[in-house]
This record gives sequence, structure tokens and C-alpha cells, in this order.
Amino acid sequence: MKVQLKQKSILPGFGLAMGFVVLYLSLLVLIPLSATFLKASSLSWQQFWHIVSSHRAVASYRLSFGASAIAASINLIFGLIVAWVLVRYTFPGKRLLDSLVDLPFALPTAVAGIALTTIYSPNGWIGRFLEPLGIKSAYSPLGVVIALTFTGLPFVVRTVQPVLDDLDKEMEEAAASLGANRWQTISKIILPAVMPAALTGFSMAFARAVGEYGSVVFISGNMPMKTEITPLLIITKLEQYDYAGATAIAVVMLISSFALLLTINLLQAWSGGRLKRGSREDVNPEIAELGAVTN
Amino acid sequence: MAASITFGNPAATMGAARATTERTWVRWSLIGIAVTFLATFLFLPLAIVFSSALAKGFSVYFAAVREPDALAAIKLTLIAAGISVPLNLVFGVAAAWAIGKFDFVGKSLLITLIDLPFSVSPVVSGLIYVLIFGLQGLLGPWLAAHDIKIIFAAPGIVLATMFVTFPFVARELIPLVEAQGTEEEEAALTLGASGWQTFWRVTLPNIKWGLLYGVILCNARAMGEFGAVSVVSGHIRGRTNTIPLHIEILYNEYQFAPAFAVASLLALLALATLFAKSAVEWKARQYSEEMAKMSGESL
Repeated sequence: MKVQLKQKSILPGFGLAMGFVVLYLSLLVLIPLSATFLKASSLSWQQFWHIVSSHRAVASYRLSFGASAIAASINLIFGLIVAWVLVRYTFPGKRLLDSLVDLPFALPTAVAGIALTTIYSPNGWIGRFLEPLGIKSAYSPLGVVIALTFTGLPFVVRTVQPVLDDLDKEMEEAAASLGANRWQTISKIILPAVMPAALTGFSMAFARAVGEYGSVVFISGNMPMKTEITPLLIITKLEQYDYAGATAIAVVMLISSFALLLTINLLQAWSGGRLKRGSREDVNPEIAELGAVTN
Repeated sequence: MAASITFGNPAATMGAARATTERTWVRWSLIGIAVTFLATFLFLPLAIVFSSALAKGFSVYFAAVREPDALAAIKLTLIAAGISVPLNLVFGVAAAWAIGKFDFVGKSLLITLIDLPFSVSPVVSGLIYVLIFGLQGLLGPWLAAHDIKIIFAAPGIVLATMFVTFPFVARELIPLVEAQGTEEEEAALTLGASGWQTFWRVTLPNIKWGLLYGVILCNARAMGEFGAVSVVSGHIRGRTNTIPLHIEILYNEYQFAPAFAVASLLALLALATLFAKSAVEWKARQYSEEMAKMSGESL
């Protein structure tokens, strides 16, 4: 049985490393996460349902998921353009822009939050131009979308870039020599090739946005039923010592993030499969690696 | 290679060039769209952090980053990062060794579990520790009876930081170690090296750039984490505030210049992180090219 579970290797240290990994993972992640479900199970089904389907909770899901979907879509469209421009064209300042794309990963969310709020507030750098047009950006759902667009910005760019980089130019040349115009080549050859990666990036940006807290709380204005995101509702309930309520909403969020994680893994398996089935016999190991890195 | 294929007819060559790239105006408008988008979402926030930080002059700036509460927040942030980054580094290396060098059942499940903290909302990441160690939590009564404080105290902040930065090093190293295979280690072992010698002299030099990269990202997140830490901290000024929480308090008190002054420290950290990341990527590329050349020569 043991032999079947693990293939033989002459390298030492499997037991030690594996033991430490499982212990650390259990203590820090698995046991605390299951404690949430344990706590939630002290609620009856009716109580649980009453909390998670209350008007205020539903309004917060609508905002969190709706704004995340819009922000992820903005990131999908602009991410494709940015990735394309960074891979295919040369222009001054390109390398600087390329490394700046990761800023939302590196800049703490609280800093991003106060910066965006200041920019989009009625007398801010951009807010002052939107205000006369009757567009309220900060302290409105639009502000939530802006903050979530910022946090999710790198995902699509970084998943699409390596795929575009590795795309065979010969396929495009073949299409062109067979009489396809540029738009046909892009829509029939290039877009289908990058679509799995783009969708992976889209769902990563979406998943990140749904749980995001720091960059949103400052700009949203936090009005219940209007601009209250789900993570903030959990905090509000905690501050009122409503632990059961906070836990119930947290369980909803956890289940949705597990579902999203599964979706992302399936999408990645799909894009991996596509690469293997591609016209090239030698599958670049780097892509497989990048797929795993962005997992 | 592909570029060297030329057609006899120059008109055909030009047609091929047009068919495999875009017209100049299309190209420049796409560049324009990308640059405008990135400038609005990336340059502007950075610019406003530094301009607001210095809006009231250098004296306000330095006073804000040197007042006792700010220093206490900086100290707590350094402690939290100083504990969580090394622990997650050891975990990452162990995970990379076990997963990257061996084949066993349930490998992909284990990788998914390691990635879990990335998909959990920061607020929920803090909440799970409140539900265990908080006063009403599972271990709450026992901890209270023994006068141990975890939630609304430094240990809770360290735990929450460890959770949110848990996967960084591991996810950077696992694919790297996997791609490198086991031949070099097997050779070292056959030649009589011990397990630890093999690890220090063969494996570690091969993964050092990826390791550094993971540590840099892990540290940036550890110092900047807001949501998870906010839930467990209790916001006690000068005692349980990290830098991001201190910024929040200042901002909510309408002390904008001091808030941005402290925020500019984290923005500088973010810029340093991006710079280090680019440098490490460049070094890693150089290293792998060198290795490829060497293995090419030995063939």
C-alpha cells in the first residue's frame, strides 16, 4: 500500500519535509478554516438562512459580485490590450510600464484605498471633472468598481503575456499568406489562442475582487444597502459582537471562493490542454511552469 | 528564421508585413489606450501619495513618521513580518522539496490546499482566528483563564499575517523545483554527499532566485496586509496598530498629510519591491541562460 502511495526515490527527506508541510498547513490553515464551519454549524438551518438571505446581506452580495464582475471585465478588455502592446510593440518607457503593472500586488490595499479616494473625491484630481458631469465616483458603487479595477489589474496582463509571447508567428504568417486580413488573423488565430489564459486571469481578478476589503472601504462610503460590500458587512457584524452573523456570512464567502478556486483550476487545466494539443510538438516547459506559478 | 523567408516580389513582401502587423495608426492608438489606462490606474495613485504626503511641507512629513504612535506601528509591522516571512520561507522550501522532488498520491490536492489562503477574503482570514482564539471562540475561555491574549494583541496580528502570506514562497518554488528534476541531486548522492549537503550545495543554488523572489513578495504582503490584521487587532493606538492600521486611523481623523506621509513609506516599499522583482527576474533569466549554455556545451 505504502509503495503505491509514493513512488520510490533515492532522495532523502520526504518524511521530514512532508510531515512539516502537513503539520504547518493543518495548524495554520485547515484547522482554523474548519473552525468557521464548526461555529456555523451551531446555528440551525433556519437561523443560518435568515442571516444569509437578509435584505442587507443580499444587497451586499449584489454589490460585491456585481462590481467585481464589472471590474474584472474592464480588466479583461484593457488587460488584453496592455498585454498585446507590451509583447508586440516597442515604444519608449515600455520596460518601466511593464514592471509597474505589478504595482497593485505590491502596494498595500490601505494605501491604494486612500489614494484612490483622494483622486476621485469631488475636489480630487479626477473627481472634480466628473462632478460637473453629474457622475459621483467616490462614495458610490462606481467608486467600488474603480477600486476593484485597480486591485485586479495585473491578473489578465500577467496570464496573457507569456501566451502571446510564445505564440507562433508562423501561424499568423500562414494565415496571412492564405489571404486572411489582419483582423481575421487576430480574431481567428490569436484571440482563440489567448482566450483560456485571459479567462483564467479574468476569474482570478474576479475572485480577488470579491474578497477585497482595504482598497474599497475608503472609497465606497460604506452605506448599508447601497455601498456596503460583503467583507465590510462581516466586520460590521463583528463590531456589534454578532459572531454568529459574521460567521454565517463568512461561510457564504468561503463557499463562493472555493467554487471560484475550482473554476480557476479547471480553466487552467483547459488552457494547459489546449497548449498540448497545439500545433507545436515541443511544448515549452516554461508555459507549464507559468501556468503553475499563476495558479 | 521566419523573418528570413522573403518573397521575390517586393509588393508581396510588403503585403505580408501588413498582414502580420497592424497599421501605424492602429498601433499607436493601442499604445495610447494602454498607456492612458495604466497611467490613470497606476501612476496617479502613486503620484497622489507622494504629493499629498509633502503637501504641508517636510516638517509635517517628518513629524508624522517620527511620532511615537507611528514608530510603534512600524515596530509592530517589522515584528509581524520578521516572524511570518522566515516561517513561511521554511514552509515553502519544505513544500517545494516534498512536492517538487517526489511523486505521491494527492499531490495536486495538496497544492490546491496550499493555495487556499490566496482565495480567502482577508476579512475572513482574520475572522477564523477570532472564532478560535477570541473571547467567544473555541479556545477563548481556556485562554482567558490562563491570562493569554492572542486576539486584540500582537500574537493575533502575527497569526493573521502568517495566514495571508502563507503560499507566497511555496507557490514560487514548487514549479521551479519540479522543472529542475532530480538528476543533479541523485548524482550528488551517488557521489557520497549527505542529504543536507545535497540540499545546500545542489538544490539551493538552483532555486535561489525563485526563493528570493518569493521572499520579496511575501514580505511586501506581510508589511501591507490590512483586512485580516484589522479584524484581529482591536485598533489600540500605539499597541496593536500596524502601519496600514495607523494610516487608516489618521485618515479617518482627517489628518490627510500625516496619513499620506506614513502611507508614502509603504509606497516606497512597494516601489522597492517592484524594483527588486525586476532585478531578480533579470538575474534568474541570466542564470538559466548560463545553465542552458553549460548543459549545451557538455552534450
